[in-house]
Amino acid sequence: MLMQKTKVCLIVAMAMTAITSSVFAGGPGKPGATDVKPDANNAGLKLPAGFGALKAADSLGRTRHISVTSNGGVYVKLDRAKNNNGILYLQDTNGDGKIDKKTSFGGYGGTGIYVKGDYLYATSNEDIYRYKLDAQQQVIDPEHPELVVTGLINRRQHESKSIVLDDNGNIYVNIGAYSNSCQTQDRTAGSMGMQPCPILDSAAGIWQFKANKLNQTYGDGVRYATGLRNVVGLDWNKSLNQLFVMQHGRDQLHDLFPSLYTEKQSADLPAECMYALKQGSDCGWPYIYYDQNQHKKMLAPEYGGDGKKTGGENAEDPVVAFPGHMAPNGLLFYTGTQFPEKYRNGAFVAFHGSWNRSPENQAGFFVVFVPFKDGKPAGKWEVFADGFAGPGPVKSPGDAQHRPCGLAQGPDGSLYVTDDVKGTVYRIVYKTK
Amino acid sequence: MRKWILAVMPLMIGALAASAQVKKPAREKPVPAKQSTGGGAAQIVRGKALYKQYCISCHQENGTGVPRMNPPLVKTEYVLGDKTRLIGILLKGLNEDVEINGDYFTNPMPSQAALKDQEIADILSYVRNSFGNKASTVSAAEVTAVRATIK
Repeated sequence: MLMQKTKVCLIVAMAMTAITSSVFAGGPGKPGATDVKPDANNAGLKLPAGFGALKAADSLGRTRHISVTSNGGVYVKLDRAKNNNGILYLQDTNGDGKIDKKTSFGGYGGTGIYVKGDYLYATSNEDIYRYKLDAQQQVIDPEHPELVVTGLINRRQHESKSIVLDDNGNIYVNIGAYSNSCQTQDRTAGSMGMQPCPILDSAAGIWQFKANKLNQTYGDGVRYATGLRNVVGLDWNKSLNQLFVMQHGRDQLHDLFPSLYTEKQSADLPAECMYALKQGSDCGWPYIYYDQNQHKKMLAPEYGGDGKKTGGENAEDPVVAFPGHMAPNGLLFYTGTQFPEKYRNGAFVAFHGSWNRSPENQAGFFVVFVPFKDGKPAGKWEVFADGFAGPGPVKSPGDAQHRPCGLAQGPDGSLYVTDDVKGTVYRIVYKTK
Repeated sequence: MRKWILAVMPLMIGALAASAQVKKPAREKPVPAKQSTGGGAAQIVRGKALYKQYCISCHQENGTGVPRMNPPLVKTEYVLGDKTRLIGILLKGLNEDVEINGDYFTNPMPSQAALKDQEIADILSYVRNSFGNKASTVSAAEVTAVRATIK
């Protein structure tokens, strides 16, 4: 009897989910079409033919990462809590694509947010919390999250903790290096690197924790991958069952070693790298950086490099190497069916935009796409969505009107992009047929 | 969270004290019209070149800094206020939370103690008279005096 009752409830719940999904989000998995209408100017974005965009929400604060539930609800993490609220839950109750209902909770700033199973996971710059979700994937008790991991290093620089979960109950969290290149004197011209770099013990890597165990600290976690200076964008690739991350490469080669690097070289080097990680991966920071023009791992000048000497024979090679300093803050493997076949299982990367390319103009401020086939990049990356920063070239990052940060996929296959300047949530759709 | 507020408190109090000081320019030592180093205008010209070399990548050509990371130099008490504190930041560096108009900045400022006193004076004179700022220039002697208290 009890079994039967449960079964009925389940069926009703499933049916309800299906109904609400199709009402709110134009139907999950409906190939090649959505009911949502783009804004007349595509929200100011330049997109490939056939795509449109709308501002789903605006002026939300410093919206960092984003996660969309299976019924189209949107959770966004704010960099700093506003009126003691650091998490927003956004709903589009009439299905026009525009957010028309907003609630907020979570009295801490941060970057990471991720919905997995029955829980919403969110991070401050030191801790990981979780909130139980109800059948509509709404947080049941916003005032009383459970503390999953606590006490992660936050020494201001590279402080954000971004997270993703796999399908086996593990959380992966980035702990950024509190340094540019592990110099004895951080960011000081000519200062050499510490040998070995002491930061690697507790930061500059990805740590793995259990999703269902509370109050974990460093001792409970596994240093899953090391030699990663700072990662903000990361995603679990479900087709490969593998963690992919985007590293923010080191800054200021010319400022720190003017006799070895010209301003021009320093504006483009080193690469911003995508890595496919395995447990135990070492990506080489601070000892090496990747030169995307020479396609080589180079010894860092702090460790005796001169722009010509290679190094890091045992360090991972990047899967994709982008030009320097563009700050990849979001990574998403696209699994939806709304976008054309080409995009299936490929990677979207949100570049926040550079600051240390002076005297050149700043670069980035766009979302790129990397096609994948059989688990490997299949062709060169291309700019997918541009125009976030505004019409002109960006001389200084403060000039950018919007800066892409987080990425998420909606249940109907729409692509969501957050902006942490004005707090805009963009929704990119493939046009209604 | 609380620790962090406590860490910022002295800065904020410092900023308040500095703002009080700025409102009474009469109490500041008058800047000599002519200096052996070429005077205010020449200092600012030299400072611009030095700024381009040592400061521009973090603080940007227009002094607006980088959101969340490197503080702006535009009309803040850190720049316009107490010169001793400002000189001290260049000589010692700064690796603590800086709050300006409600925003916080995370990157550390490296010490520029390797620069000569005159170079630091020139850079600060430029910064205090650029990006919409208007304040007295800084002399090498003032930098020397602060350096003596640090060593």
